Amino acid sequence: MSDRIFGVFGVLLAIGFAFAALHIEESFLSDAVGPKAFPLIIAVILGLSSAVIAFKPDPEPAWPTFGRIAEIAAAVVVMMLYAQMLPVVGFVIATAFAAAFLAWRLGSTILASVLTGVGTSVGIYVIFHLVLGLSLARGPLGF
Amino acid sequence: MEMLSNLGDGFVVALTWQNIGLALLGCFLGTIMGALPGLGPSNGVAILIPLAFTLGLGATPSLILLTSVYYGAMYGGRISSILLNIPGDEPAMMTCLDGYPMAQKGMAGQALSISGIASFVGSFFATWGLILLAPQLVKIALLFGPAEYFALFALAFMTLGGVSSTNQAKSAFAAALGLGLAMIGVDTQTGVPRFTFGEVHLYDGLDFLVAIVGLFALSEVFIFLEERHGSADGAGKKLNIGRLTPPMSMVKACTPTMLRTSFLGFIAGVLPGAGASLGSFISYSMEKRLIDKDGTFGKGDPRGVAAPEAGNNAAAGGALVPMLALGVPGSGTTAVLLAVLLSLNITPGPLLFQNNPDVVWGLIAALFIANFMLLLMNIPMVGLFTRVLLIPPRILMPVVAMVSFVGIYGISGSSFDLMVMIGFGVMGWLLRKFDVPLVPIILGTLLGNAMENNLRRAVTIDNGNWMTLFDSPLSLGLWTVAIIGFILPLFLARKVKPRMAKDDEGSLSD
Repeated sequence: MSDRIFGVFGVLLAIGFAFAALHIEESFLSDAVGPKAFPLIIAVILGLSSAVIAFKPDPEPAWPTFGRIAEIAAAVVVMMLYAQMLPVVGFVIATAFAAAFLAWRLGSTILASVLTGVGTSVGIYVIFHLVLGLSLARGPLGF
Repeated sequence: MEMLSNLGDGFVVALTWQNIGLALLGCFLGTIMGALPGLGPSNGVAILIPLAFTLGLGATPSLILLTSVYYGAMYGGRISSILLNIPGDEPAMMTCLDGYPMAQKGMAGQALSISGIASFVGSFFATWGLILLAPQLVKIALLFGPAEYFALFALAFMTLGGVSSTNQAKSAFAAALGLGLAMIGVDTQTGVPRFTFGEVHLYDGLDFLVAIVGLFALSEVFIFLEERHGSADGAGKKLNIGRLTPPMSMVKACTPTMLRTSFLGFIAGVLPGAGASLGSFISYSMEKRLIDKDGTFGKGDPRGVAAPEAGNNAAAGGALVPMLALGVPGSGTTAVLLAVLLSLNITPGPLLFQNNPDVVWGLIAALFIANFMLLLMNIPMVGLFTRVLLIPPRILMPVVAMVSFVGIYGISGSSFDLMVMIGFGVMGWLLRKFDVPLVPIILGTLLGNAMENNLRRAVTIDNGNWMTLFDSPLSLGLWTVAIIGFILPLFLARKVKPRMAKDDEGSLSD
């Protein structure tokens, strides 16, 4: 069943892709092939392979329980917050929080998570910024 | 003789303090990444690419660093296979079969050292194979026009699913998805934006480094979050290494095995769609059929450790041949290395050998140096790496995630790229659940624009005649191989895959 849904989604994606490709604005200066042809070929392959997946599905993949999916969703939200907050609060603080969260969700105790978070953040800061000179996001506190 | 003088020049390039230092660092990090379950050669190299850029390394030094990581990871994968019965990366799967029983007999040290020697032999011969074969391939590739290149790219995609692919539709889906992602951005030939939906950040196209790190490294973090592999780490297990040098008789007994499997592995590496995992698989099965007369394979036969290790390291070297000579990688890690070259504005392929011989030969010389370093590092110092295995994923994975973010942010300094990377991470996780291979996606995003440009060039040269794609014997030959390569697995997979899966489960069910 999962593969059938996946295949149908793929076909829709292919149709959407082809639709978007047809709406590419042609420039008045174009080569013999133009910017649409290759994307349309891709859309056809994408659609055909998706249709095959839908008609000949593989055995059901082992889906995680709802709790596990929520776990991943939470991690994604934290990572997105991290990406947005990075330029605002600076590298060290943002990273310490994000790493601590991940360590906690992967099964560390609270104390160990905090230590992992701070250790990761300071460790990366020292190695990548102070030693290797990589420019990291600078927060209001200068690090 | 020209070859040897080229190689000599290569050593001049490689033997600077900086390059030796980078090779040493790469070998060390690579071995660690290979040894840690969850980090393999492709994601190991992927998270280090941004580092190579931000250090401002030139082309040769970056390549030396990253290929050392690649070779190192191939060495390192065996350590956890032997000690923990968990393959450190996919090619090391077969090493579990005899490596772990040897460790249980108290011969872990000997298994580690004989496999170290086998890895050395495999990569050593593969590097020579690279020197001999790549220039020949370049001569053929110089005859290629745009139509042939287009056929070659098609061949790469169609064979990528490989002999062991279970579902060619999913491989094709992955390739089309990758190519489709490559189309995002301003069209290079006419300057019109495509698939950007008005988002200015997308005008430059998706940075394939963002895609690679997201798909390979971040999706691994999600997999661990899903399964919470807490029990899979080595903590609590006592690692008894024992004697670290193999007796001469063992080395002698394994020598013919190592030589045979090096050759076999190299061939598997050069062929598109095969790669290191298949190299070690066929090496092991061939040796088992050939010399296992007393039924000792699977019960801790040193030859059963030497065979897959020589095979997978030779395949790693072999996989560099099509990547360097044609610009078309045949495996995940070489695709990542291609990304490095493209980002450094170097286009691999026949012209690379003519225009940048220093890069090619410097890299080859560095491979020899790295190989000796790895042998030295992996035999006396193996104890150090076994301790690394004690790091549990709950500490390792946050570090991997954060290093990925730092690397991508370091290149572009944009939060938008980080968001795209998270998107790729989720997509990678989902596609892995559906058993869709990720390598064709990467290859598609890497090669998509080159493929399209060759198509348009070929058709434009011939005044809009599409049949030009099929009208030279060379391109017809390439199309034939491509079609056979795509159809053959439909029949072969039913034979090969169940056996691979069975052996795999057999190694993990203990």
